Amino acid sequence: MDLLRSIGITEIVFQLMLVNAILGLSIYLTLYTGMFSLANAGFMAIGAYVGVVLTQNYDLPLWAALIGGMAAAGIVAVPIGLPVLRLRDIYLAIATIGFGEVVRILILNFDALASSISGENVQLTRGALGITGIPKITETWQLLLFLVVTVYILVRLHHSRFGRAMAAVRQDEQVAATMGINVVYVKNAIFILSAVLAASAGVLKAHLTRTISPGDYGFDQVVNILAFAVLGGTSTWLGPIIGGFMLTAMPEILREFKQYRGIVNGVILLLVIVYLPGGIVNVNAWKRLWRRVRRQPSIETS
Amino acid sequence: MNITQQIVNAIWLGGVYSLFALGYALVFSVLGVLNLAHSAVFMWGAFIGLVAVTQLNISVWAAIPVAMLVAGGIGIVLDVVAFAPLRRRNAPRISQLISSIGAAILLVNIAQLIFGTQPQRFPLGSIPSDPLEGLPIRITPIQIVILVVAVVLMAMLQYLVVRTRAGQAMRAVAFNQRVASLLGINSGNVFRITFFLAGALAGAAGVLFGLAYNTITPFMGDSVALKGLTVIVLGGLGNIQGAVVGGFVVAALEVFSIAIGGSNYREAFVFTLLFLILLFRPQGLVGQAAETRA
Repeated sequence: MDLLRSIGITEIVFQLMLVNAILGLSIYLTLYTGMFSLANAGFMAIGAYVGVVLTQNYDLPLWAALIGGMAAAGIVAVPIGLPVLRLRDIYLAIATIGFGEVVRILILNFDALASSISGENVQLTRGALGITGIPKITETWQLLLFLVVTVYILVRLHHSRFGRAMAAVRQDEQVAATMGINVVYVKNAIFILSAVLAASAGVLKAHLTRTISPGDYGFDQVVNILAFAVLGGTSTWLGPIIGGFMLTAMPEILREFKQYRGIVNGVILLLVIVYLPGGIVNVNAWKRLWRRVRRQPSIETS
Repeated sequence: MNITQQIVNAIWLGGVYSLFALGYALVFSVLGVLNLAHSAVFMWGAFIGLVAVTQLNISVWAAIPVAMLVAGGIGIVLDVVAFAPLRRRNAPRISQLISSIGAAILLVNIAQLIFGTQPQRFPLGSIPSDPLEGLPIRITPIQIVILVVAVVLMAMLQYLVVRTRAGQAMRAVAFNQRVASLLGINSGNVFRITFFLAGALAGAAGVLFGLAYNTITPFMGDSVALKGLTVIVLGGLGNIQGAVVGGFVVAALEVFSIAIGGSNYREAFVFTLLFLILLFRPQGLVGQAAETRA
């Protein structure tokens, strides 16, 4: 542990690494099923706000807030997913970006809106300033446990009939439908699962960072989450975890170069998507890169 | 509430939005990819205009073509760095979207490093700001200039795409790149021209936007980026005339939602519209049935 601390990975950094790994997994689920959805930050916001209101205003324990936040996101995901998941690639991306922005703006104006409807002075989300002074009650072991359970469920999912249906939907929706897979059901179920996972990360993170504001869940946050999955790769569940770990730990390890942090992130994203399209956790991509470096004739015709 | 005043505001703001969204639409129509670094080029355009005015001591009007040229150059670099390698590999469109996000992060952070995060302004007196006299409504010269420049640039683009050989090549590549290449069109050049034009349009829009609000920050592209998405979705992705119409519609929606007292929700209106259009008319308001279904 001392070694880790000496390179800048303190307990809070490690905790954030775990949270970001969960976020990476949430977008991995949809990407693995062939859906380019960017709604994760929106669901994260829903989870975080519902969770914080539960612990702050109703004095509930963290696990109850976790369940509440996840349930809220899951419930919202149903009416969003049903129409939106009919769209494909870029259209789906734009629609889900729009959803995320609407969520952010609604949270921003929630108090004013609720006050004008109920006629009372509602102080729940506290506008642009957000909620501060949230107790730091998320523990490292809870995060670790949550991540391990999530991975266990994912692995079981991949080896199940449903998991193979997911892969089939990604490969070709029409063929999958012809084989008797209920494509709409698979896509929506995964979308909801992804939303629930993002919301859980939202609840856990809110009780780590102690403050939340609508600005934390804008387009930048989606881009970060996407970067975890893209950097790590989406061919296995390990990819987004490694991606989340790396992108969270690296700025701390390289904190002397703090002002170049954003530049480094941009360069990494570009390099990975151009030279390692399968992400870091992808043996084939490394082999391909190695061949290119050594300038050996490639057998693959890609 | 003066309704004529709101219409005037919607019109000049619409000019800027249309100009910005045209670059998005142009790239989407020729390459079929969404260039999310477009808003970063827009921001760079504004900064280049500012630097040209403060460092080179040229007038604001001369700064517009300078910003367009440099921003166009940035557009070409963008193509070479973020898009061309993926195109060569025949990567999916989503990969190109992600690489454009990477490029956007890079451009915004470089700007932050060079120009700082504090909002910057055009020097006092470089923009004529007194409203025109003798009119029942408030119109500043800058608003008229913005509208005129925007309309002239749109007309030039339309001429270029429809009447010139380069425009013909662009349309051919947009229609079918493989066939166009077989007929001897250098598609690599066409892509570079497209990115140059898109960058130049973004640069012009950036300077005009900077002049209109007179605050320039590395993050000024953020709000416009997502609004520009709404504009091109409204017009039908890759539809150039549609982008112009969409720009004015979004601006009108925004201005009137402020006017009816919902300034906090004006962006919620815009994004809800985006959502609904995608669900019910993914081909855009003015488009015909799309060739590739959404």
